[in-house]
Amino acid sequence: MPLSFSPSAADLGAILLTCKLASVTTVVLLLLATPLAWWLAQTRSRWRAAVAAVVALPLVLPPTVLGFYLLVSLGPQGTVGQFMQSLGLGLLPFTFGGLVLGSVVYSLPFAVQPLQHAFEAVGQRPMEVAASLRASPLDAFLTVALPLARPGFVTAAILTFAHTVGEFGVVLMMGGNIPGQTQVVSTQIYAHVEALEYTQAHWLAGAMVVFSFAVLISLNLFNARRTRVVL
Amino acid sequence: MSPGNNRIRCALPLASFDLQVDLALPQRGITAVFGASGSGKTTLLRCVAGLQRPHDALVQIAGQLWQDDQQEIFLPTWQRPLGYVFQEASLFDHLDVRGNLQYGLQRAGGTADRAALDAVIELLGLERLLPRRAHQLSGGERQRVAIARALATQPKLLLLDEPLASLDHARRQEILPWLERLRDELHIPMLYVTHAADEVARMADTLVVLKEGQVAAFGPVAEVLTRIDTPIVLGDDVSALLDGVLEERDERWKLVRARFAGGSLWLRDTGLALGQHVRLRILARDVSIATEPAQHSSIQNSIACTVRAVASDAHPSQVLVQLDCGGVLLLARITARAADALGLVVGKAVWAQVKSVALVQ
Repeated sequence: MPLSFSPSAADLGAILLTCKLASVTTVVLLLLATPLAWWLAQTRSRWRAAVAAVVALPLVLPPTVLGFYLLVSLGPQGTVGQFMQSLGLGLLPFTFGGLVLGSVVYSLPFAVQPLQHAFEAVGQRPMEVAASLRASPLDAFLTVALPLARPGFVTAAILTFAHTVGEFGVVLMMGGNIPGQTQVVSTQIYAHVEALEYTQAHWLAGAMVVFSFAVLISLNLFNARRTRVVL
Repeated sequence: MSPGNNRIRCALPLASFDLQVDLALPQRGITAVFGASGSGKTTLLRCVAGLQRPHDALVQIAGQLWQDDQQEIFLPTWQRPLGYVFQEASLFDHLDVRGNLQYGLQRAGGTADRAALDAVIELLGLERLLPRRAHQLSGGERQRVAIARALATQPKLLLLDEPLASLDHARRQEILPWLERLRDELHIPMLYVTHAADEVARMADTLVVLKEGQVAAFGPVAEVLTRIDTPIVLGDDVSALLDGVLEERDERWKLVRARFAGGSLWLRDTGLALGQHVRLRILARDVSIATEPAQHSSIQNSIACTVRAVASDAHPSQVLVQLDCGGVLLLARITARAADALGLVVGKAVWAQVKSVALVQ
Protein backbone atom coordinates (compact mmCIF):
# COMPACT_ATOMS: atom_id res chain seq x y z
CA MET A 1 0.00 0.00 0.00
CA PRO A 2 1.62 3.32 -1.03
CA LEU A 3 2.06 5.66 1.93
CA SER A 4 1.82 8.73 -0.33
CA PHE A 5 -1.89 8.11 -0.70
CA SER A 6 -4.12 11.10 0.00
CA PRO A 7 -7.86 10.61 0.41
CA SER A 8 -10.04 11.81 -2.44
CA ALA A 9 -12.66 14.52 -2.09
CA ALA A 10 -15.34 11.82 -2.20
CA ASP A 11 -13.67 9.96 0.67
CA LEU A 12 -13.44 13.13 2.78
CA GLY A 13 -17.05 13.92 1.96
CA ALA A 14 -18.06 10.45 3.07
CA ILE A 15 -16.19 10.85 6.37
CA LEU A 16 -17.78 14.24 7.03
CA LEU A 17 -21.23 12.94 6.16
CA THR A 18 -20.71 9.94 8.43
CA CYS A 19 -19.82 12.21 11.35
CA LYS A 20 -22.81 14.43 10.63
CA LEU A 21 -25.17 11.46 10.40
CA ALA A 22 -23.85 9.92 13.62
CA SER A 23 -24.10 13.24 15.49
CA VAL A 24 -27.65 14.00 14.38
CA THR A 25 -28.73 10.43 15.05
CA THR A 26 -27.21 10.51 18.54
CA VAL A 27 -28.96 13.74 19.48
CA VAL A 28 -32.33 12.63 18.07
CA LEU A 29 -32.05 9.22 19.64
CA LEU A 30 -31.12 10.47 23.12
CA LEU A 31 -34.17 12.74 23.06
CA LEU A 32 -36.44 9.88 21.98
CA ALA A 33 -34.86 7.14 24.09
CA THR A 34 -34.90 9.05 27.39
CA PRO A 35 -38.68 9.02 27.93
CA LEU A 36 -38.92 5.52 26.45
CA ALA A 37 -36.20 4.14 28.71
CA TRP A 38 -37.73 5.88 31.73
CA TRP A 39 -41.09 4.33 30.94
CA LEU A 40 -39.53 0.88 30.54
CA ALA A 41 -37.66 1.27 33.83
CA GLN A 42 -40.73 2.42 35.77
CA THR A 43 -43.79 0.77 34.30
CA ARG A 44 -45.58 -2.30 35.51
CA SER A 45 -47.76 -2.26 32.40
CA ARG A 46 -48.40 -5.55 30.64
CA TRP A 47 -47.14 -3.90 27.44
CA ARG A 48 -43.67 -3.57 28.89
CA ALA A 49 -42.39 -6.93 27.60
CA ALA A 50 -43.76 -6.29 24.12
CA VAL A 51 -42.32 -2.79 23.92
CA ALA A 52 -38.93 -3.99 25.21
CA ALA A 53 -38.93 -6.70 22.53
CA VAL A 54 -39.72 -4.19 19.76
CA VAL A 55 -36.91 -1.95 21.01
CA ALA A 56 -34.51 -4.89 20.87
CA LEU A 57 -35.58 -6.06 17.40
CA PRO A 58 -32.85 -4.14 15.52
CA LEU A 59 -30.30 -6.18 17.50
CA VAL A 60 -31.38 -9.43 15.88
CA LEU A 61 -32.89 -8.46 12.53
CA PRO A 62 -30.63 -8.21 9.48
CA PRO A 63 -30.25 -4.49 8.67
CA THR A 64 -31.52 -5.25 5.18
CA VAL A 65 -34.87 -6.27 6.66
CA LEU A 66 -35.15 -2.95 8.49
CA GLY A 67 -34.02 -1.08 5.39
CA PHE A 68 -36.46 -2.97 3.22
CA TYR A 69 -39.49 -2.16 5.37
CA LEU A 70 -38.44 1.45 5.79
CA LEU A 71 -37.97 1.78 2.04
CA VAL A 72 -41.35 0.23 1.30
CA SER A 73 -43.32 2.22 3.87
CA LEU A 74 -41.55 5.53 3.20
CA GLY A 75 -41.50 5.17 -0.58
CA PRO A 76 -44.00 6.77 -2.96
CA GLN A 77 -46.35 3.79 -2.70
CA GLY A 78 -46.00 3.31 1.09
CA THR A 79 -48.51 4.60 3.63
CA VAL A 80 -46.04 6.89 5.36
CA GLY A 81 -44.66 8.05 2.04
CA GLN A 82 -48.10 8.93 0.68
CA PHE A 83 -48.99 10.72 3.91
CA MET A 84 -45.78 12.76 3.73
CA GLN A 85 -46.43 13.62 0.09
CA SER A 86 -49.96 14.75 0.95
CA LEU A 87 -48.38 17.13 3.48
CA GLY A 88 -46.04 18.36 0.74
CA LEU A 89 -42.97 17.16 2.64
CA GLY A 90 -41.44 15.03 -0.06
CA LEU A 91 -40.07 11.54 0.23
CA LEU A 92 -37.39 10.36 2.67
CA PRO A 93 -35.66 7.50 0.84
CA PHE A 94 -32.37 8.48 -0.79
CA THR A 95 -32.11 11.67 1.32
CA PHE A 96 -30.10 12.55 4.42
CA GLY A 97 -33.34 12.70 6.42
CA GLY A 98 -34.10 9.15 5.37
CA LEU A 99 -30.65 8.06 6.55
CA VAL A 100 -31.23 9.71 9.93
CA LEU A 101 -34.57 7.93 10.30
CA GLY A 102 -33.05 4.58 9.35
CA SER A 103 -30.15 5.10 11.75
CA VAL A 104 -32.48 6.07 14.58
CA VAL A 105 -34.44 2.84 14.16
CA TYR A 106 -31.31 0.77 13.70
CA SER A 107 -29.48 2.16 16.77
CA LEU A 108 -32.55 2.39 19.02
CA PRO A 109 -31.57 -0.46 21.39
CA PHE A 110 -28.06 0.98 21.78
CA ALA A 111 -29.56 4.15 23.25
CA VAL A 112 -32.54 2.72 25.12
CA GLN A 113 -30.89 -0.17 26.92
CA PRO A 114 -28.03 1.68 28.67
CA LEU A 115 -30.46 4.41 29.70
CA GLN A 116 -33.01 1.89 30.96
CA HIS A 117 -30.34 0.12 33.02
CA ALA A 118 -29.11 3.44 34.39
CA PHE A 119 -32.63 4.48 35.43
CA GLU A 120 -33.21 1.08 37.01
CA ALA A 121 -29.96 1.43 38.95
CA VAL A 122 -31.04 4.85 40.23
CA GLY A 123 -34.15 3.17 41.60
CA GLN A 124 -37.27 4.51 43.23
CA ARG A 125 -35.74 5.79 46.44
CA PRO A 126 -34.10 9.01 45.17
CA MET A 127 -37.40 9.92 43.50
CA GLU A 128 -39.24 9.38 46.78
CA VAL A 129 -36.67 11.48 48.59
CA ALA A 130 -37.12 14.25 46.02
CA ALA A 131 -40.90 14.09 46.44
CA SER A 132 -40.50 14.37 50.21
CA LEU A 133 -38.44 17.52 49.51
CA ARG A 134 -41.31 19.08 47.54
CA ALA A 135 -40.07 18.28 44.02
CA SER A 136 -42.86 17.62 41.53
CA PRO A 137 -42.44 14.45 39.44
CA LEU A 138 -41.07 16.35 36.42
CA ASP A 139 -38.78 18.42 38.64
CA ALA A 140 -37.50 15.26 40.34
CA PHE A 141 -36.91 13.62 36.96
CA LEU A 142 -34.89 16.56 35.66
CA THR A 143 -32.92 17.33 38.83
CA VAL A 144 -32.44 13.87 40.34
CA ALA A 145 -33.06 11.01 37.90
CA LEU A 146 -31.23 12.57 34.94
CA PRO A 147 -28.05 13.60 36.81
CA LEU A 148 -27.88 10.28 38.64
CA ALA A 149 -28.26 8.42 35.33
CA ARG A 150 -25.46 10.44 33.70
CA PRO A 151 -23.14 7.44 33.18
CA GLY A 152 -25.95 5.77 31.24
CA PHE A 153 -26.21 8.81 28.98
CA VAL A 154 -22.49 8.79 28.25
CA THR A 155 -22.59 5.09 27.41
CA ALA A 156 -25.74 5.48 25.30
CA ALA A 157 -24.26 8.41 23.36
CA ILE A 158 -20.96 6.65 22.64
CA LEU A 159 -22.62 3.40 21.60
CA THR A 160 -25.20 5.15 19.40
CA PHE A 161 -22.57 7.26 17.67
CA ALA A 162 -20.25 4.32 17.07
CA HIS A 163 -23.01 1.98 15.96
CA THR A 164 -24.34 4.55 13.50
CA VAL A 165 -20.86 5.04 12.05
CA GLY A 166 -20.68 1.29 11.59
CA GLU A 167 -24.01 0.75 9.88
CA PHE A 168 -24.14 -0.44 6.31
CA GLY A 169 -27.22 -2.43 5.36
CA VAL A 170 -29.86 0.10 6.30
CA VAL A 171 -27.87 2.91 4.70
CA LEU A 172 -27.48 1.03 1.46
CA MET A 173 -31.18 0.14 1.30
CA MET A 174 -32.45 3.59 2.37
CA GLY A 175 -29.83 5.89 0.98
CA GLY A 176 -28.32 4.34 -2.07
CA ASN A 177 -24.83 5.74 -2.31
CA ILE A 178 -25.25 9.33 -3.48
CA PRO A 179 -22.06 11.37 -2.91
CA GLY A 180 -22.58 14.31 -0.57
CA GLN A 181 -26.07 13.19 0.35
CA THR A 182 -26.08 9.58 1.40
CA GLN A 183 -22.58 8.31 0.74
CA VAL A 184 -21.07 7.40 4.12
CA VAL A 185 -17.78 5.65 4.90
CA SER A 186 -19.17 2.13 4.98
CA THR A 187 -20.91 2.45 1.60
CA GLN A 188 -17.88 4.25 0.16
CA ILE A 189 -15.68 1.29 1.12
CA TYR A 190 -18.15 -1.00 -0.60
CA ALA A 191 -18.03 1.20 -3.70
CA HIS A 192 -14.20 1.17 -3.69
CA VAL A 193 -14.12 -2.61 -3.48
CA GLU A 194 -16.68 -2.93 -6.26
CA ALA A 195 -14.42 -0.73 -8.41
CA LEU A 196 -11.35 -2.74 -7.31
CA GLU A 197 -9.84 0.37 -5.68
CA TYR A 198 -8.28 -1.63 -2.86
CA THR A 199 -5.86 1.09 -1.71
CA GLN A 200 -8.65 3.56 -1.00
CA ALA A 201 -10.70 0.79 0.61
CA HIS A 202 -7.70 -0.04 2.86
CA TRP A 203 -7.37 3.53 4.08
CA LEU A 204 -11.02 3.91 4.96
CA ALA A 205 -11.37 0.43 6.43
CA GLY A 206 -8.24 0.94 8.55
CA ALA A 207 -9.56 4.26 9.80
CA MET A 208 -12.81 2.54 10.82
CA VAL A 209 -10.90 -0.11 12.78
CA VAL A 210 -8.85 2.53 14.61
CA PHE A 211 -11.95 4.61 15.33
CA SER A 212 -13.96 1.67 16.65
CA PHE A 213 -11.08 0.50 18.83
CA ALA A 214 -10.68 3.99 20.26
CA VAL A 215 -14.36 4.21 21.03
CA LEU A 216 -14.45 0.87 22.82
CA ILE A 217 -11.34 1.51 24.85
CA SER A 218 -12.57 4.94 25.95
CA LEU A 219 -15.89 3.39 26.95
CA ASN A 220 -14.08 0.78 29.03
CA LEU A 221 -11.89 3.41 30.66
CA PHE A 222 -14.96 5.52 31.43
CA ASN A 223 -16.71 2.58 33.04
CA ALA A 224 -13.64 1.59 35.04
CA ARG A 225 -13.23 5.12 36.39
CA ARG A 226 -16.90 5.18 37.38
CA THR A 227 -16.58 1.92 39.27
CA ARG A 228 -13.63 3.29 41.20
CA VAL A 229 -15.55 6.38 42.18
CA VAL A 230 -18.52 4.33 43.35
CA LEU A 231 -16.26 2.15 45.46
CA MET B 1 -62.14 18.24 64.76
CA SER B 2 -60.44 21.36 66.05
CA PRO B 3 -57.74 23.06 63.98
CA GLY B 4 -54.26 22.03 64.94
CA ASN B 5 -55.28 18.46 65.44
CA ASN B 6 -53.13 15.68 64.10
CA ARG B 7 -55.02 12.60 63.11
CA ILE B 8 -53.85 9.58 61.16
CA ARG B 9 -56.30 6.92 60.15
CA CYS B 10 -55.21 4.31 57.69
CA ALA B 11 -56.55 1.01 56.41
CA LEU B 12 -54.59 -1.10 53.95
CA PRO B 13 -54.65 -4.84 53.31
CA LEU B 14 -51.11 -6.26 53.32
CA ALA B 15 -49.86 -9.71 52.39
CA SER B 16 -50.51 -11.47 55.70
CA PHE B 17 -52.63 -9.00 57.67
CA ASP B 18 -54.50 -5.71 57.42
CA LEU B 19 -52.91 -2.46 58.49
CA GLN B 20 -55.55 -0.77 60.62
CA VAL B 21 -54.48 2.34 62.50
CA ASP B 22 -56.26 5.33 63.97
CA LEU B 23 -54.12 7.73 65.99
CA ALA B 24 -54.45 11.24 67.37
CA LEU B 25 -50.87 12.50 67.50
CA PRO B 26 -49.74 15.03 70.07
CA GLN B 27 -48.86 18.53 68.81
CA ARG B 28 -45.17 18.04 69.38
CA GLY B 29 -42.64 15.56 70.66
CA ILE B 30 -41.68 12.14 69.45
CA THR B 31 -44.27 9.47 68.93
CA ALA B 32 -42.38 6.20 68.63
CA VAL B 33 -43.95 3.55 66.42
CA PHE B 34 -42.64 0.35 67.88
CA GLY B 35 -43.09 -3.21 66.72
CA ALA B 36 -41.37 -6.28 65.38
CA SER B 37 -40.07 -6.40 61.79
CA GLY B 38 -42.95 -6.72 59.39
CA SER B 39 -45.57 -5.34 61.75
CA GLY B 40 -46.46 -2.58 59.29
CA LYS B 41 -44.45 0.30 60.80
CA THR B 42 -42.77 1.47 57.61
CA THR B 43 -45.95 0.97 55.60
CA LEU B 44 -47.77 3.23 58.03
CA LEU B 45 -45.13 5.92 57.56
CA ARG B 46 -45.28 5.60 53.76
CA CYS B 47 -49.06 5.96 53.86
CA VAL B 48 -48.80 9.12 55.94
CA ALA B 49 -46.30 10.50 53.43
CA GLY B 50 -48.48 9.59 50.46
CA LEU B 51 -45.80 7.29 49.03
CA GLN B 52 -48.17 4.38 49.32
CA ARG B 53 -51.87 4.53 48.64
CA PRO B 54 -54.03 2.96 51.36
CA HIS B 55 -57.59 1.86 50.66
CA ASP B 56 -59.06 4.27 53.10
CA ALA B 57 -57.12 6.93 54.93
CA LEU B 58 -57.48 10.22 56.67
CA VAL B 59 -54.35 12.24 57.31
CA GLN B 60 -54.72 15.60 58.97
CA ILE B 61 -51.65 17.42 60.26
CA ALA B 62 -51.68 20.77 62.03
CA GLY B 63 -55.30 21.17 61.02
CA GLN B 64 -54.52 20.71 57.33
CA LEU B 65 -56.15 17.86 55.49
CA TRP B 66 -53.60 15.92 53.40
CA GLN B 67 -55.76 12.98 52.58
CA ASP B 68 -59.35 11.95 53.11
CA ASP B 69 -60.41 9.16 50.84
CA GLN B 70 -64.03 9.57 51.83
CA GLN B 71 -63.95 13.10 50.41
CA GLU B 72 -61.58 12.04 47.64
CA ILE B 73 -58.88 14.39 48.86
CA PHE B 74 -55.33 13.25 48.15
CA LEU B 75 -52.28 15.48 48.14
CA PRO B 76 -49.29 13.84 46.43
CA THR B 77 -46.18 13.54 48.56
CA TRP B 78 -44.51 16.60 47.07
CA GLN B 79 -47.40 18.82 48.10
CA ARG B 80 -47.38 17.63 51.72
CA PRO B 81 -45.30 19.78 54.08
CA LEU B 82 -43.47 16.87 55.66
CA GLY B 83 -39.92 15.75 56.23
CA TYR B 84 -38.99 12.12 55.68
CA VAL B 85 -35.78 10.50 56.88
CA PHE B 86 -35.29 7.09 55.32
CA GLN B 87 -33.72 4.09 56.97
CA GLU B 88 -30.58 3.98 54.86
CA ALA B 89 -28.55 6.93 53.73
CA SER B 90 -30.54 8.65 51.02
CA LEU B 91 -28.44 11.67 50.15
CA PHE B 92 -28.25 12.65 46.49
CA ASP B 93 -24.85 11.47 45.26
CA HIS B 94 -24.68 14.08 42.54
CA LEU B 95 -24.80 16.98 45.01
CA ASP B 96 -22.56 17.97 47.89
CA VAL B 97 -23.94 18.39 51.40
CA ARG B 98 -24.83 22.03 50.77
CA GLY B 99 -26.64 21.10 47.56
CA ASN B 100 -28.55 18.38 49.36
CA LEU B 101 -29.61 20.79 52.09
CA GLN B 102 -30.68 23.44 49.61
CA TYR B 103 -32.64 21.04 47.42
CA GLY B 104 -35.68 21.02 49.69
CA LEU B 105 -35.22 24.59 50.84
CA GLN B 106 -35.44 25.93 47.28
CA ARG B 107 -38.67 24.07 46.68
CA ALA B 108 -40.44 24.73 49.95
CA GLY B 109 -41.23 28.25 48.76
CA GLY B 110 -42.53 30.76 51.26
CA THR B 111 -42.58 28.41 54.19
CA ALA B 112 -38.82 28.08 54.45
CA ASP B 113 -35.98 30.54 54.20
CA ARG B 114 -32.24 30.73 54.56
CA ALA B 115 -32.47 31.48 58.25
CA ALA B 116 -34.25 28.16 58.74
CA LEU B 117 -31.45 26.33 56.97
CA ASP B 118 -28.77 28.14 58.95
CA ALA B 119 -30.59 27.24 62.15
CA VAL B 120 -30.73 23.58 61.16
CA ILE B 121 -27.04 23.53 60.15
CA GLU B 122 -26.24 24.99 63.54
CA LEU B 123 -28.63 22.66 65.37
CA LEU B 124 -27.12 19.56 63.82
CA GLY B 125 -23.51 20.79 63.74
CA LEU B 126 -23.00 20.46 59.98
CA GLU B 127 -20.98 23.58 59.18
CA ARG B 128 -17.71 21.80 58.38
CA LEU B 129 -19.40 19.11 56.27
CA LEU B 130 -21.03 21.48 53.76
CA PRO B 131 -18.56 21.10 50.84
CA ARG B 132 -18.33 17.31 51.12
CA ARG B 133 -19.96 14.69 48.97
CA ALA B 134 -22.17 11.95 50.38
CA HIS B 135 -19.52 9.25 49.93
CA GLN B 136 -17.05 11.28 52.00
CA LEU B 137 -19.30 11.18 55.07
CA SER B 138 -19.59 8.59 57.81
CA GLY B 139 -22.92 6.78 58.25
CA GLY B 140 -23.83 8.95 61.22
CA GLU B 141 -22.95 12.17 59.39
CA ARG B 142 -25.06 11.11 56.42
CA GLN B 143 -28.10 10.56 58.60
CA ARG B 144 -27.53 13.92 60.28
CA VAL B 145 -27.45 15.60 56.88
CA ALA B 146 -30.57 13.69 55.82
CA ILE B 147 -32.36 14.88 58.95
CA ALA B 148 -31.20 18.46 58.38
CA ARG B 149 -32.31 18.31 54.75
CA ALA B 150 -35.78 17.20 55.83
CA LEU B 151 -35.95 19.94 58.47
CA ALA B 152 -34.76 22.71 56.15
CA THR B 153 -38.17 22.65 54.45
CA GLN B 154 -39.74 23.53 57.81
CA PRO B 155 -42.12 20.59 57.75
CA LYS B 156 -45.29 20.32 59.78
CA LEU B 157 -44.51 16.67 60.51
CA LEU B 158 -41.23 14.80 60.62
CA LEU B 159 -41.26 11.11 59.70
CA LEU B 160 -38.23 9.05 60.71
CA ASP B 161 -38.01 5.46 59.51
CA GLU B 162 -35.50 3.68 61.75
CA PRO B 163 -32.93 6.42 61.15
CA LEU B 164 -30.36 4.62 63.30
CA ALA B 165 -30.94 1.06 62.12
CA SER B 166 -28.13 1.12 59.56
CA LEU B 167 -25.60 2.51 62.08
CA ASP B 168 -23.34 0.69 64.49
CA HIS B 169 -23.51 1.29 68.23
CA ALA B 170 -20.91 4.06 68.28
CA ARG B 171 -22.50 6.01 65.41
CA ARG B 172 -25.87 5.60 67.10
CA GLN B 173 -24.57 7.15 70.31
CA GLU B 174 -23.17 9.95 68.20
CA ILE B 175 -26.51 10.85 66.62
CA LEU B 176 -28.92 10.25 69.53
CA PRO B 177 -28.06 13.50 71.33
CA TRP B 178 -28.83 15.43 68.13
CA LEU B 179 -32.22 13.77 67.88
CA GLU B 180 -32.93 14.62 71.50
CA ARG B 181 -32.08 18.21 70.78
CA LEU B 182 -34.54 18.23 67.89
CA ARG B 183 -37.25 16.78 70.08
CA ASP B 184 -36.68 19.46 72.70
CA GLU B 185 -36.29 22.43 70.37
CA LEU B 186 -38.71 21.81 67.50
CA HIS B 187 -42.39 22.41 67.83
CA ILE B 188 -43.58 19.78 65.40
CA PRO B 189 -44.76 16.23 65.89
CA MET B 190 -42.39 13.45 64.90
CA LEU B 191 -43.29 9.89 64.03
CA TYR B 192 -40.29 7.72 64.82
CA VAL B 193 -40.35 4.14 63.62
CA THR B 194 -38.07 1.79 65.53
CA HIS B 195 -37.73 -1.75 66.75
CA ALA B 196 -35.08 -0.88 69.35
CA ALA B 197 -36.39 -0.72 72.91
CA ASP B 198 -33.52 1.50 74.07
CA GLU B 199 -34.41 4.14 71.46
CA VAL B 200 -38.01 4.09 72.67
CA ALA B 201 -36.91 4.47 76.28
CA ARG B 202 -34.58 7.29 75.47
CA MET B 203 -36.44 9.27 72.85
CA ALA B 204 -40.17 8.73 72.95
CA ASP B 205 -42.79 10.88 74.60
CA THR B 206 -45.65 8.85 73.21
CA LEU B 207 -45.59 5.22 72.21
CA VAL B 208 -47.56 3.34 69.60
CA VAL B 209 -47.10 -0.41 69.62
CA LEU B 210 -47.98 -2.07 66.33
CA LYS B 211 -48.67 -5.76 66.15
CA GLU B 212 -49.57 -7.28 62.81
CA GLY B 213 -50.88 -3.98 61.56
CA GLN B 214 -53.05 -3.26 64.59
CA VAL B 215 -52.42 -0.76 67.37
CA ALA B 216 -51.70 -2.95 70.40
CA ALA B 217 -51.10 0.00 72.72
CA PHE B 218 -51.01 3.79 72.42
CA GLY B 219 -50.30 6.41 75.08
CA PRO B 220 -47.61 8.24 77.06
CA VAL B 221 -44.46 6.15 76.94
CA ALA B 222 -44.06 5.49 80.70
CA GLU B 223 -47.66 4.39 80.89
CA VAL B 224 -47.57 2.07 77.88
CA LEU B 225 -44.29 0.47 78.93
CA THR B 226 -45.57 -0.47 82.38
CA ARG B 227 -48.89 -1.86 81.19
CA ILE B 228 -48.99 -5.55 81.84
CA ASP B 229 -52.43 -6.38 80.51
CA THR B 230 -51.28 -6.05 76.89
CA PRO B 231 -47.93 -7.79 76.86
CA ILE B 232 -45.48 -5.80 74.84
CA VAL B 233 -42.90 -7.61 72.84
CA LEU B 234 -39.93 -6.21 74.68
CA GLY B 235 -38.67 -9.59 75.90
CA ASP B 236 -35.77 -9.04 78.29
CA ASP B 237 -36.14 -5.30 77.88
CA VAL B 238 -39.42 -4.95 79.81
CA SER B 239 -38.83 -1.85 81.86
CA ALA B 240 -40.28 1.20 83.53
CA LEU B 241 -39.38 4.83 82.84
CA LEU B 242 -39.18 7.45 85.55
CA ASP B 243 -38.70 11.18 85.23
CA GLY B 244 -36.66 12.67 88.05
CA VAL B 245 -34.41 15.50 89.17
CA LEU B 246 -30.84 15.13 90.41
CA GLU B 247 -30.73 16.36 93.99
CA GLU B 248 -27.68 15.22 95.85
CA ARG B 249 -24.14 14.19 95.06
CA ASP B 250 -22.05 11.72 97.03
CA GLU B 251 -18.52 12.79 96.16
CA ARG B 252 -16.84 9.96 98.01
CA TRP B 253 -18.69 7.11 96.31
CA LYS B 254 -19.26 8.85 92.99
CA LEU B 255 -23.04 8.58 93.17
CA VAL B 256 -25.93 10.99 92.63
CA ARG B 257 -29.41 10.81 94.04
CA ALA B 258 -32.35 11.34 91.72
CA ARG B 259 -35.68 12.27 93.25
CA PHE B 260 -38.88 11.19 91.52
CA ALA B 261 -42.52 11.30 92.53
CA GLY B 262 -42.37 8.01 94.45
CA GLY B 263 -39.02 8.30 96.19
CA SER B 264 -35.30 8.53 95.43
CA LEU B 265 -32.73 6.39 93.68
CA TRP B 266 -28.95 6.45 93.86
CA LEU B 267 -27.17 6.04 90.56
CA ARG B 268 -23.75 6.39 89.06
CA ASP B 269 -22.51 9.95 88.89
CA THR B 270 -21.93 10.79 85.24
CA GLY B 271 -21.10 14.42 86.00
CA LEU B 272 -24.51 15.94 85.31
CA ALA B 273 -25.33 19.09 87.27
CA LEU B 274 -27.63 18.95 90.26
CA GLY B 275 -31.11 20.19 89.40
CA GLN B 276 -30.91 18.50 85.99
CA HIS B 277 -34.05 16.70 84.83
CA VAL B 278 -33.30 13.11 83.90
CA ARG B 279 -35.11 10.10 82.55
CA LEU B 280 -34.34 6.81 84.29
CA ARG B 281 -34.99 3.34 83.05
CA ILE B 282 -35.38 0.36 85.32
CA LEU B 283 -35.52 -3.07 83.75
CA ALA B 284 -38.10 -5.42 85.27
CA ARG B 285 -35.42 -8.08 85.72
CA ASP B 286 -33.37 -5.68 87.89
CA VAL B 287 -36.17 -5.25 90.43
CA SER B 288 -36.68 -7.74 93.24
CA ILE B 289 -39.39 -7.59 95.88
CA ALA B 290 -39.09 -7.85 99.67
CA THR B 291 -41.86 -7.67 102.23
CA GLU B 292 -39.69 -5.69 104.66
CA PRO B 293 -36.78 -3.29 104.15
CA ALA B 294 -33.58 -5.20 103.60
CA GLN B 295 -30.98 -4.64 106.34
CA HIS B 296 -28.01 -6.50 104.97
CA SER B 297 -28.08 -6.29 101.22
CA SER B 298 -25.81 -5.01 98.51
CA ILE B 299 -28.80 -3.35 96.93
CA GLN B 300 -28.84 0.31 97.89
CA ASN B 301 -32.07 1.38 96.30
CA SER B 302 -35.12 0.21 98.17
CA ILE B 303 -38.46 1.91 97.55
CA ALA B 304 -41.74 1.47 99.40
CA CYS B 305 -44.62 0.65 97.10
CA THR B 306 -47.82 -1.33 96.78
CA VAL B 307 -48.63 -4.20 94.46
CA ARG B 308 -50.97 -2.97 91.74
CA ALA B 309 -51.23 -6.06 89.55
CA VAL B 310 -49.62 -9.43 88.98
CA ALA B 311 -49.61 -10.92 85.50
CA SER B 312 -48.20 -14.04 83.96
CA ASP B 313 -45.04 -13.59 81.89
CA ALA B 314 -43.80 -15.18 78.69
CA HIS B 315 -42.42 -18.21 80.56
CA PRO B 316 -44.78 -19.93 83.06
CA SER B 317 -42.14 -19.86 85.79
CA GLN B 318 -42.17 -16.06 85.86
CA VAL B 319 -44.61 -13.31 86.67
CA LEU B 320 -44.55 -9.55 86.08
CA VAL B 321 -45.51 -7.50 89.11
CA GLN B 322 -46.70 -3.96 88.60
CA LEU B 323 -45.78 -1.77 91.56
CA ASP B 324 -47.16 1.63 92.47
CA CYS B 325 -44.73 3.96 94.23
CA GLY B 326 -46.43 7.26 94.85
CA GLY B 327 -48.24 7.17 91.51
CA VAL B 328 -45.18 6.11 89.54
CA LEU B 329 -45.26 2.59 88.14
CA LEU B 330 -42.43 0.08 88.33
CA LEU B 331 -42.25 -3.45 86.99
CA ALA B 332 -40.60 -6.42 88.64
CA ARG B 333 -39.98 -9.74 86.96
CA ILE B 334 -39.81 -12.49 89.59
CA THR B 335 -40.51 -16.20 89.71
CA ALA B 336 -44.08 -17.32 90.23
CA ARG B 337 -42.91 -19.36 93.21
CA ALA B 338 -41.48 -16.26 94.90
CA ALA B 339 -44.71 -14.35 94.26
CA ASP B 340 -46.64 -17.15 95.88
CA ALA B 341 -44.25 -17.48 98.85
CA LEU B 342 -44.38 -13.72 99.51
CA GLY B 343 -48.15 -13.72 99.21
CA LEU B 344 -48.15 -10.94 96.62
CA VAL B 345 -51.73 -9.81 96.16
CA VAL B 346 -53.07 -6.53 94.88
CA GLY B 347 -52.79 -3.81 97.53
CA LYS B 348 -50.00 -5.45 99.54
CA ALA B 349 -47.29 -3.07 100.76
CA VAL B 350 -43.81 -4.22 99.69
CA TRP B 351 -40.29 -2.92 99.08
CA ALA B 352 -38.97 -2.77 95.57
CA GLN B 353 -35.23 -3.42 95.55
CA VAL B 354 -33.68 -1.89 92.50
CA LYS B 355 -30.40 -3.42 91.52
CA SER B 356 -29.62 -1.19 88.58
CA VAL B 357 -30.83 2.13 87.23
CA ALA B 358 -29.93 3.38 83.78
CA LEU B 359 -29.80 7.05 82.97
CA VAL B 360 -31.29 7.20 79.48
CA GLN B 361 -30.97 10.93 78.91
